[in-house]
Amino acid sequence: MWKWLHPYAKPERAYQLCSTLQPYFFWPAVLCILVGSVWGLAFAPQDYQQGDSFRIIYIHVPSAILSMSTYVAMAVAALVGIVWQWRTAFMAMIAMAPVGAVVTFIALFTGAAWGKPMWGTWWVWDARLTSELILLFLYLGVMSLYGAFEDKQQAGKAAGVMALVGVVNVPIIHYSVEWWNTLHQGATISKFDKPSIAPEMLWPLLIALLGFALFIAAVTVMRMKNEIIRREYHRPWVKEMVQSAKETNHAV
Amino acid sequence: MKALWSGIFKRDLALAFRQRSELAQPLMFLLMVVTLFPLGVGPGPATLQKIGPGVIWIAAILSSLLAMDRMFRDDFWDGSMEQYLLSGQSVWAISAVKVLVHWLVSFVPLLILSPLLALFLNLTVQMYTALMLTLLLGTPLLSLVGAIAVGLTVGLQRGGVLLALLLIPVFIPLLIFATSAVDAAALQLPYRAHLAIIGAMLLAAMAAAPMAIAYALKVSQN
Amino acid sequence: MQFDSWQAFWHMGGYAFYVWASFGVTFLAMGLIVLNSMMTHKKLLKEVAQEAARQQRIATAKQATKQNLTGEEV
Repeated sequence: MWKWLHPYAKPERAYQLCSTLQPYFFWPAVLCILVGSVWGLAFAPQDYQQGDSFRIIYIHVPSAILSMSTYVAMAVAALVGIVWQWRTAFMAMIAMAPVGAVVTFIALFTGAAWGKPMWGTWWVWDARLTSELILLFLYLGVMSLYGAFEDKQQAGKAAGVMALVGVVNVPIIHYSVEWWNTLHQGATISKFDKPSIAPEMLWPLLIALLGFALFIAAVTVMRMKNEIIRREYHRPWVKEMVQSAKETNHAV
Repeated sequence: MKALWSGIFKRDLALAFRQRSELAQPLMFLLMVVTLFPLGVGPGPATLQKIGPGVIWIAAILSSLLAMDRMFRDDFWDGSMEQYLLSGQSVWAISAVKVLVHWLVSFVPLLILSPLLALFLNLTVQMYTALMLTLLLGTPLLSLVGAIAVGLTVGLQRGGVLLALLLIPVFIPLLIFATSAVDAAALQLPYRAHLAIIGAMLLAAMAAAPMAIAYALKVSQN
Repeated sequence: MQFDSWQAFWHMGGYAFYVWASFGVTFLAMGLIVLNSMMTHKKLLKEVAQEAARQQRIATAKQATKQNLTGEEV
């Protein structure tokens, strides 16, 4: 059933696939993010409670949702790599980590910038903010573990184990933090009443969400190509590819 | 199989007690960290009682991180680990025994020391009972989960800080549940639910961690 | 358009700083990671090309010395 997938475990095929997919991810991502932002910033109606500050939602919510899903995707890639011994799966995993960390950072920053006018403070130990922060730590841990090894084959496996340990922990962290927060200070400021979102607000949000997802895919694909070259440095196909790329460049 | 386990068990215990200073240092560190808090935060009994459980747990986690890497370090560098992996015996069973020994030599002394810490931080008897129970259930979890990261970093020259970076976020839920159990005990509230959750995490770790440790050791041994 | 004028748009109902800071930092971070990925890609391709050229040089140099040696012997 999954036989068609197997050729892509080969770095060369994976590289070709990445090159093919890259423009299809990147340009729609740029388009969607632009449309979502402009629509959200200029055309969506104001929130009756929060005024114009709620427009941060168009980047905050997509990044917050996708920061978690990127971590899960990373862990799935790690699991595939460990179970089926796919080297390319580890490359995909480590390609996702930096972009996941960036998206988590965006979610944190926009959350803080939204929190200041709404809650009166840049940072509250709100359950969601705290679990985002811990998620950022988990991303950084996976990345620094990967960076600590000279042998990237070994590094991929080690970082994969850590990603799996992390993903088991993400839900536990989420619920423990939520529970801790409600135990300590109650949900006075952390959960403002969210009115069910109007369709004219929802559409730009969905477009921005799609844009962020495509953006993450695009960067993952780009970084995965780098990772493949880094590991297949001495293989003839890499040299041939570089050669042919040069020739086409000269021809143009 | 049994002979192998008891052999490793006895050998590791003997080795640990031969390096007594290495066992004592994390405990001294723990004691000193706990001493710093009344000095830094102020010696008011009410304040200390409020922060006490958190301080003890944080100090326990930090001091355990300092000594965690010795779990596999010597075996790895003197080549015994390679022999274990080549022996054909199940690596997860060997690593489980090693984790057990680690818990015995580094956390049981901490449990013995804990009444003193409770006195320093002015904990009530109820709070101390809860603290003791959370430590009993929680410290094996520290050993088990920590061993995975130790297995991954054991081959690195400077893995010490990295180990802490990897493990601190993972230990956060345990810290939350343990300290809130003690807080609940301070308010005379039932805290069985907290203990049950820590126990559940411990059981899950007991089931899954040995395999992960075995895999991590194989990765490190390459 | 929800705003009456460009000025009102930039003002964002008094939340200008927070809104524009959020969007600015977001796009900056996204741009930086794309840039980083592209620069790394370029650097890697260059390194591979250099390595290939180096090996080419080594091969030709070897060939040359071999020819020289055989030339002397004959």
